[in-house]
Amino acid sequence: MPEIRNYTLNFGPQHPAAHGVLRLVLEMDGEVVERADPHIGLLHRGTEKLAESKPYNQTIGYMDRLDYVSMMCNEHGYVMAIEKLLEVEVPKRAQYIRTMFDEITRILNHLMWLGAHGLDIGAMSIFLYCFREREDLMDCYEAVSGARLHATYYRPGGVARDLPDRMPQYEASRFTSKAAASKLNDKRQGNMLDFLEDFVQRFPKCVDEYETLLTDNRIWKQRTVGIGVVTPERALQLGFTGPMLRGSNIEWDLRKKQPYEVYDELDFDIPVGVNGDSYDRYLVRIEEMRQSNRIIKQCIDWLRVNEGPTITEDHKIAPPRRAEMKGDMESLIHHFKLFTEGFCLPEGEAYAAVEHPKGEFGCFLVSDGANKPYRLKVRAPGFPHLASLDEMARGHMLSDVVALIGTQDIVFGEIDR
Amino acid sequence: MDALILTVMTLLKIVAVLVPLILCVAYLTLAERKVIGSMQVRVGPNRVGFKGLGQPFADVFKLMFKEVIIPTNSSKFLFLTAPILSLAPAVAAWAVIPFADGWAISDANAGLLYVLAMTSIGVYGVIIAGWASNSKYAFLGAMRSAAQIVAYEIAMGFALIGVLMMSGSLNLGDIVRAQSGGFFNWYLFPLFPLAIVYFISGVAETNRAPFDVAEGESEIVAGFHVDYSGMAFALFFLAEYANMIMIAALAAILFLGGWMSPIDGFGDGIHWFLIKTAAMLFIFLWLRATFPRYRYDQIMRLGWKVFIPVTIVWIAVVGFAIYFEVGPWFSSVRGAG
Repeated sequence: MPEIRNYTLNFGPQHPAAHGVLRLVLEMDGEVVERADPHIGLLHRGTEKLAESKPYNQTIGYMDRLDYVSMMCNEHGYVMAIEKLLEVEVPKRAQYIRTMFDEITRILNHLMWLGAHGLDIGAMSIFLYCFREREDLMDCYEAVSGARLHATYYRPGGVARDLPDRMPQYEASRFTSKAAASKLNDKRQGNMLDFLEDFVQRFPKCVDEYETLLTDNRIWKQRTVGIGVVTPERALQLGFTGPMLRGSNIEWDLRKKQPYEVYDELDFDIPVGVNGDSYDRYLVRIEEMRQSNRIIKQCIDWLRVNEGPTITEDHKIAPPRRAEMKGDMESLIHHFKLFTEGFCLPEGEAYAAVEHPKGEFGCFLVSDGANKPYRLKVRAPGFPHLASLDEMARGHMLSDVVALIGTQDIVFGEIDR
Repeated sequence: MDALILTVMTLLKIVAVLVPLILCVAYLTLAERKVIGSMQVRVGPNRVGFKGLGQPFADVFKLMFKEVIIPTNSSKFLFLTAPILSLAPAVAAWAVIPFADGWAISDANAGLLYVLAMTSIGVYGVIIAGWASNSKYAFLGAMRSAAQIVAYEIAMGFALIGVLMMSGSLNLGDIVRAQSGGFFNWYLFPLFPLAIVYFISGVAETNRAPFDVAEGESEIVAGFHVDYSGMAFALFFLAEYANMIMIAALAAILFLGGWMSPIDGFGDGIHWFLIKTAAMLFIFLWLRATFPRYRYDQIMRLGWKVFIPVTIVWIAVVGFAIYFEVGPWFSSVRGAG
């Protein structure tokens, strides 16, 4: 009898389920995966090294591009590390705005995840439903920063500017009739908070919609229940964070355990899974979207009644107002210094972490007192998750590997950095 | 002279079936994109021609002018034979389909058997394509589809045995005629479990979602036809859609009374056949927009452990019902058969 050998299958980087540029070398025994070897580095852009050659405030934009589906949360981790070293006070309103946008970002990320995960498992429609809702949140990004993806909205000491009074409007064009444009503009008549509140009102219904498509769907359950089970002990050893850890029945969330910004003033729950399989992680993320929605609602209510500055008044760190600059010599100097040299951090090191949609996103800054970091280390949550792919995939079938990549919510921007 | 006339007439009939069939395939692709588009809050193709009606032709022309790339390590002969092998049976099976009373190219007595044989041959196209490409993805796709089609062929065969028992004929025309007398006499009702099994097997048989593991977009990229391009790819596409229409048409004939009107004697004719086929096709598309994809072993389990037992049990039930002449559906079967 001839010897039966395993064969290697090159999965990606050009593969519809590779989530960007994942290259997986799979050792297969028929359809069963014996070993999965994820290769990284295809999206390496040297973010950490680039940061070493730029003033602190010019690196914020690079942070957006790490995990490019949860942009503002990346910025948050970075500016928090700077604020920790600078010991600068962030105004309350800015803290609320940040919290609100962190949660908007969480919904953005989870919608993207849900769509991609569904698509990986073959449920096509869910992808487009998710993108329908994502669009509205993207509009919030755009309203507040001018950019739909790479916002660069958080700044050391606050946020770039206050929430806008009006939403961008659609214009009639060759492709959009007048009637269609004005229908699209219906919800955009008020300020950004009105628009967002309208979204918050209808979003739980949308989540219900996704759930009717998937949660009790027999095929969906067959494809996710019992797939990629991680025990709580193992999840801790592997360095899991975020929904991956909570799916394995460990209640760990930085928003509760070491609250930053205003999370300790807000009312929300941390969903936890039981079995640690893909289905539980799916349920956890779905519930997280609902909880984020709750948080956003509370932030909107607070922001409606409380006015105030949105960035620190310390002009050594934050640029002065445009108007002041025109008449005031000192402001002009501040502006000039900030936009040429930037600001210097005291010598020392700091680690700041936020509960990123994917897990713990942390920035470790080492400063030698100059205007740029001596070293910046980014702790990306996706990296340990990807590292566990081999363990999770062993003994499963090829189709399950795709489901696992989905459930890990891998984005290569942050893994390769 | 007679032979010549017969040949010419048959050729004309073939053209009369084939041309509309290919047009149907072309517009089924558009219908699929439009239907799924509207289910997914988007519009679908709407740029080519009026409201996108020119889209199928744009696709065809694009594919015709593309190069058919033959991978270096492939077996060239088999590589080029496979698409033909998959299209030819899909089209040939249409020879015995009765579009209306007496409207069939060949009113063969073993029509149903012929259809089953033809649709089975189609698997060879898929398997040979996967094998000849000499690519691991394609090979996996071929392997999956071989196993899957064997499993579902059996379930489908069993489901059709019920129809044979009821009608006592293999002739598709006779099967339809046996269902005359209003929608209450359609085999859908007495053979309900078999009809469901038949239709789901049909979806699996044509490699359509949620049973599209042979293509498995997100797993094995495009499965057996990863390496195909241009017209060779188009032939696979044509075959898949021709098979879809075939399964839908068969469902209409075997379980929904073919060209018979739902109300007895109320304008029987080809329009009813077309309406029923279109309704079944819509379900094909609807399934695709709704369900996630099964895993390969789960499809096997569904086929072997659920469908085959269900069909066997129901065949026994039908057998007993016919023997003991149970009303309202089974009482008249024995005498007629």
